[in-house]
Amino acid sequence: MSQPFRRASGGRIDRNRPLTVSFNGKTLEGFAGDTVASMLLASGQHLAGRSFKYHRPRGILSHGSDEPSALLSVDWRHDRGPGYRDPNNRASVVEARDGLVVKTQNHWPSLALDIGAVNDLLSPIFVAGFYYKTFMWPKRFWDKVYEPIIRKAAGLGEAPEYPDPDHYANRHAHADVLIVGAGPAGLAAALTASADASKRVILADEGAEPGGALLNDLTSTIDGQPAMDWVEDAVATLDGRENVILLPRTTGFGYYNHNHVCLVERVSDHRADAPEGLARERLWQVRARQVVLATGSHERPLVFENNDKPGVMLAESLRAYVNRWAVLPGDALIVVTAAASAYRTALDAKAAGMRVEIVDIRLGADCGPELAAARDAGITVRTGHTVIRALGGNRVGALVVAPIGTDGSIGPKLTLDCDCVAMSGGWTPSVHLFSQSRGKLAFDTEIDAFVPDKSVQAERSAGACRGLYDLGAVLADGFAAGSDAIGGAASPQPVEASAAFTGFQPVRVLPSDADPSRIKAFVDFQNDVTVKDIKLAVREGFESIEHVKRYTTTGMATDQGKTSNMNALGLVAGILNRPIPAVGTTTFRPPYTPVSFGALIGPARNELFDPVRKTPIDGWAAQNGAVFEPVGLWRRARYFPQAGEDMQAALARETKAVRSTVGIFDASTLGKIEVVGPDAAEFMNRIYTNAWNKLKTGGCRYGLMLREDGFVYDDGVVARLAENRFHVTTTTGGAPRVLRHMEDYLQTEWPDLDVFLTSITEQWAVIALQGPKARDVLEPFVSEIELSETAFPHMTVKTGSVCGVPCRLFRVSFTGELGYEVNVPADYGEAVWTTLFNAGQKHGITPYGTEAMHVLRAEVGYIVVGQETDGTATPDDVGLSGLVSKVKPDFVGKRSLSRPDMVAAGRRQLVGLLTKDPNEVLDEGAQVVKDPGQPIPMKMIGHVTSSYRSENCGRSIAMAMIDDGRARIGETVFATTPTGFTEAVIAPAVFYEVKGETADA
Amino acid sequence: MLLIRCPYCGERPETEFHCGGEAHIARPDTPADISDADWGSFLYTRTNPKGLHAERWLHAHGCGRWFNALRDTVSDAFVTTYEMGTPRPDPISETAKA
Amino acid sequence: MRRFSLTSLLKEAASGHQGWKRQWRAPEPKKEYDVVIVGGGGHGLATAYYLATVHGVTKVAVLEKGWIGGGNTGRNTTIVRSNYLFDESAALYEHAMKLWEGLSQELNYNVMFSQRGVLMLVHNHHDVISFKRHVYANRLNGIDNEWLTPEECKEFCPPLSISPDLRYPVLGGALQRRGGTARHDAVAWGYARGADARGVDIIQNCEVLGLRRTSDGAVAGVETSRGFIGAKRVGVVAAGHTGVVMSRFGLKMPVESVPLQALVSEPVKPVFPCVVMSNAVHAYISQSDKGELVIGAGTDQYVSYSQQGGIQIVSHTLDAICELFPQFTRMRMLRSWGGIVDVTPDRSPILGKTPIPGLFVNCGWGTGGFKATPGSGHVFAHTLATGEPHPINAPFSLDRFRTGRLIDEAAAAAVAH
Repeated sequence: MSQPFRRASGGRIDRNRPLTVSFNGKTLEGFAGDTVASMLLASGQHLAGRSFKYHRPRGILSHGSDEPSALLSVDWRHDRGPGYRDPNNRASVVEARDGLVVKTQNHWPSLALDIGAVNDLLSPIFVAGFYYKTFMWPKRFWDKVYEPIIRKAAGLGEAPEYPDPDHYANRHAHADVLIVGAGPAGLAAALTASADASKRVILADEGAEPGGALLNDLTSTIDGQPAMDWVEDAVATLDGRENVILLPRTTGFGYYNHNHVCLVERVSDHRADAPEGLARERLWQVRARQVVLATGSHERPLVFENNDKPGVMLAESLRAYVNRWAVLPGDALIVVTAAASAYRTALDAKAAGMRVEIVDIRLGADCGPELAAARDAGITVRTGHTVIRALGGNRVGALVVAPIGTDGSIGPKLTLDCDCVAMSGGWTPSVHLFSQSRGKLAFDTEIDAFVPDKSVQAERSAGACRGLYDLGAVLADGFAAGSDAIGGAASPQPVEASAAFTGFQPVRVLPSDADPSRIKAFVDFQNDVTVKDIKLAVREGFESIEHVKRYTTTGMATDQGKTSNMNALGLVAGILNRPIPAVGTTTFRPPYTPVSFGALIGPARNELFDPVRKTPIDGWAAQNGAVFEPVGLWRRARYFPQAGEDMQAALARETKAVRSTVGIFDASTLGKIEVVGPDAAEFMNRIYTNAWNKLKTGGCRYGLMLREDGFVYDDGVVARLAENRFHVTTTTGGAPRVLRHMEDYLQTEWPDLDVFLTSITEQWAVIALQGPKARDVLEPFVSEIELSETAFPHMTVKTGSVCGVPCRLFRVSFTGELGYEVNVPADYGEAVWTTLFNAGQKHGITPYGTEAMHVLRAEVGYIVVGQETDGTATPDDVGLSGLVSKVKPDFVGKRSLSRPDMVAAGRRQLVGLLTKDPNEVLDEGAQVVKDPGQPIPMKMIGHVTSSYRSENCGRSIAMAMIDDGRARIGETVFATTPTGFTEAVIAPAVFYEVKGETADA
Repeated sequence: MLLIRCPYCGERPETEFHCGGEAHIARPDTPADISDADWGSFLYTRTNPKGLHAERWLHAHGCGRWFNALRDTVSDAFVTTYEMGTPRPDPISETAKA
Repeated sequence: MRRFSLTSLLKEAASGHQGWKRQWRAPEPKKEYDVVIVGGGGHGLATAYYLATVHGVTKVAVLEKGWIGGGNTGRNTTIVRSNYLFDESAALYEHAMKLWEGLSQELNYNVMFSQRGVLMLVHNHHDVISFKRHVYANRLNGIDNEWLTPEECKEFCPPLSISPDLRYPVLGGALQRRGGTARHDAVAWGYARGADARGVDIIQNCEVLGLRRTSDGAVAGVETSRGFIGAKRVGVVAAGHTGVVMSRFGLKMPVESVPLQALVSEPVKPVFPCVVMSNAVHAYISQSDKGELVIGAGTDQYVSYSQQGGIQIVSHTLDAICELFPQFTRMRMLRSWGGIVDVTPDRSPILGKTPIPGLFVNCGWGTGGFKATPGSGHVFAHTLATGEPHPINAPFSLDRFRTGRLIDEAAAAAVAH
């Protein structure tokens, strides 16, 4: 495809840098500075897509991010392999560069001939909400038959098929002033705000270059010079200021609480030469002291029959293509307008060599100086005329127009040939970010639009986004806003700008004598919502604009209603004969334009999805073949398989070794908190169910902690290192919340207690030696501590050194065997572990993981909080009522334990379950019933909380919570299996009797 | 994301904080003496106002201290933050200050 | 009520759809009703519908402060399932599920209930136990829910990554095949149309400001922005605003209102065949009939009525979505929004009497109320009609916060609703 519609000169394109883009397999030619849309128009290709519902041919409506129709699948890096393609890109904002492979969407077999267009013929049935009224018979057909067909027809492009090879950056920034939009108002605001060099200013604009609407404008002047000269000067000035960050290609999409504004920057998609590894997009999270919104305005389409024909464009967009991209979107243009601004399009198109006529809805008397300007330029203007319909197939070919009588009657029709149409229904300020900031909107009848009223956050709007359309007024407003943002007084800037053609006459639907129930005049182009759909919705009682939106889907397309909302709102208000504010305006929600998931997640992918916490011994475990499992953020060694072993085999070996010789286990993930201070014991008394006063220095005690509601919260061994110092351990997962819980009570309920809490989880590596030979392994390496049973009995703690390293040595056991937990500073953890492991070889030392740890503790009936308990268990439920002090007047959770249902009979209690077949291992989570033959729903009397094959017991063992369980010991029950039930007997929750020197000896 | 003024550290983003719910719900001095209904209220009943809300925050990833805040639950704007143990400020005087 | 059918649709198509009438009237409030329902969301409208159809109580008004279905009904991610753990919850949600299964026909309104299957993923050992506990409990309660291996999960949901290299690899999943999604707005509209046809007055833009009580303390009616409306029985079904309404009635509730966010992607052709929930990594996703990926995010941590949360909540959810479904990283967020959900201490609803005679409440559905809509309305209608709870909602009393008999699905399973 060559460029037959490219002008010989002019435009903001670089004719010295030609480029090509693949479009549906054909080659499009263009220049640096083009968008895919401008290249399509330069080649004469208006047909650019098919609509959502009716598959109608659609062209390019706009030149910006409000484009609803020309949506493309773009493969951004075809040359780098799969995974760089994504759907639904707006042709008008895809910057052209070599290597792009773009395709149109939503058609079969081809763009020009689309079978789906049969829907257009069936459209009398497919009105708004038709699916609510049918597809209900037969009953099962909805999701089996109808829905798949509807789904296949819906959707736009195809989702990406591959993992995304691109990556995304995230940046947090602080600014004194953030300015969104670098059109004339935004630039002016930036100039004044950044004049004070101490103010950090960020100026962001979604376009490739600053200038906003002035980029399309060849005629306006500022201080007598072309407006773009002023833009270039302003940009140069700002570039020269070190306190200014200029961000082109950066869309402010979300205005959140407390001036937290999120923007997305397109970093590399526009660069053919982007090095691999350069981020594709960057999310800017800016916390701004002050914000200036200079987000401009959107042009409204006109609503008439077939207003969606390819070749029918927004007037300002057509002007942009002619001036900025040096493209003539056709030879014969009809400008249809209710707004003065479109005359500028007519004049510029005429000057560029197009044949131009104007059809103005307004009466001549209602027009301003634009009318004379057009007539002086030799343009035929038909004022007081309406458009009845557009004619044409895949491209507009003519308009049928007619004069409107003073009584509203339609006069004789006239068919005007054309190959493109520029339409303007006036302007809508872009108040999206203002509305997101929770600012209140007010309806300004003068300009027929919602404008910012009361600010809620530290922001102000400037320029067209608050309804100012005259260039001079916009500039003055921008200067004042920038000044205001830094607390300065608004000083008038000495700029003179040429007058613009402003003003329009709101029109909802162009007058016509056609049967309105038979024609399609589109309000929402992408979602195929027509005037009659909206009328139908109102007829059926959907009167709130939110109801109309939801019933018809108007404003819900990927352009989020930028071109359709005001027309829909005006139409509903007109039908109901209510003022627009009474019908409502939709609240704008982020994002302003669609934002990739990639940009929103930034680097949080793969290994950075969540940080991995590793213990000091993790490296040794990895080298020694550990299989790991995630436990919260931690990664823990689950078991250490030897050659040829599966998990069961490894588990059998590890658990037997602990009971016959000695095992070594990395317990470093245990939460550890130091409780220090004169009132430490009193604090412990209040936080734990147990009493602590009588625990001697050097003693350990198993502590149980409740929430205030009386349910078990956490547990762990607590050591009293000194009169005023406790070393508390918590469950692995519980450490942060336990510390928070303790701090909460300490700071907010008992500030009178003199206690300090410190998390020491990361400071200590914990090496557990468990088994009959534990002392033999440890003894040679210990100094200053005597290990004999009498000197160092079970549940005591001593400080000293191990392998020459300072150590807190606990004589504790989570296996029932003789056991020690060696706490050494984390940096020495691996060295001490390695030393003990190597020395333990002669005793048959065996490393074991979390699986074996679970089996070993279950064998002796120790619970795991979070496994036996589930947030609904009281201490008594899990057989720990002995740990609940009867003497203490109060502790956290005590009062709740006496609530009626907490002491009611029949609560679930912890017991053991022994399967009839000793080789059968129950499913953890299995439900327990008394009678498996009862009808459904069955009465469940309990559930299995832990279940293992125990090599040491020579059979399977299980723990369960059973209704009134302790009274039912000996009863036969049935537990569910994947295919049915299996028989088991309720037993005490202790399965193994430790031989030799036990933990409790 | 909220911007929260920790009374000890200054303004920090919300992700550094943990919200602890309604403030000024005093734990009874002698829980054993109060009825089940009153204890249930203490545990569970909350003002949940549409408007000014006194609430507790913990500067978890910062100084580690709990403090109170007065925040409007409609606008999410903080009126003030204040130290634990001090009474709820009078919102009118705060507004006057602002 | 004019029946919707293919015939009526074709007939109207021939005449330009001029013959369709309002789906519900816009009546002026009467002086008095038998029952006033405060809140015109799905639950409130369903309550009115079943009052009229099941109990023959038709002197009913539904008072809605804004427009019907404009609260959480129109803001949720439309997931429907009933595979709850505890008998009480299972009975309630399964009651709803059975009603869902015939709802389009019952209402003569296509609510697009699509039993695409809800797959709940498991990423750690704790959840394996918890989900198997659910699967087995559901089996014995007659509710379908099956355990899937990672490979079976992948087969059921092809975009899912079951790579062992994931930060939290998929260890399996629990699938309820009867679960799925429905068209949320249609549920409100369908119930409204059905209730209206039977004489219920649906009064929009009518805010309830207070309660008027008789000398013996019983309910006499409500003060509203449109004047006093008499009724001996009042049911408050105001979701996130229940606390506000009840405080106007002089009652404090064990609920807190927090923002819950959700988002949709741009629409694409069918790519996601089911609903996937992964509580461990906070991902809830399905694809709408229109083609948008519908993604549920989490709640913000503070009380708010702002319907706007922080972006970090959305980002966090998308982290998980892209981790589990890496092909979606280039998809784009099209819209995000927030709802105000009322959360109870045990994450189970409150459905029943209040200390004020004649005043009833239906609230506390938290993040999962949509799925219960028909069941909630059905049993609450029974409660309002008879003055006593239906056996299904009897356990969900306000009194449980005194006795400690909580129904703590969240604690038991760490599962979002």
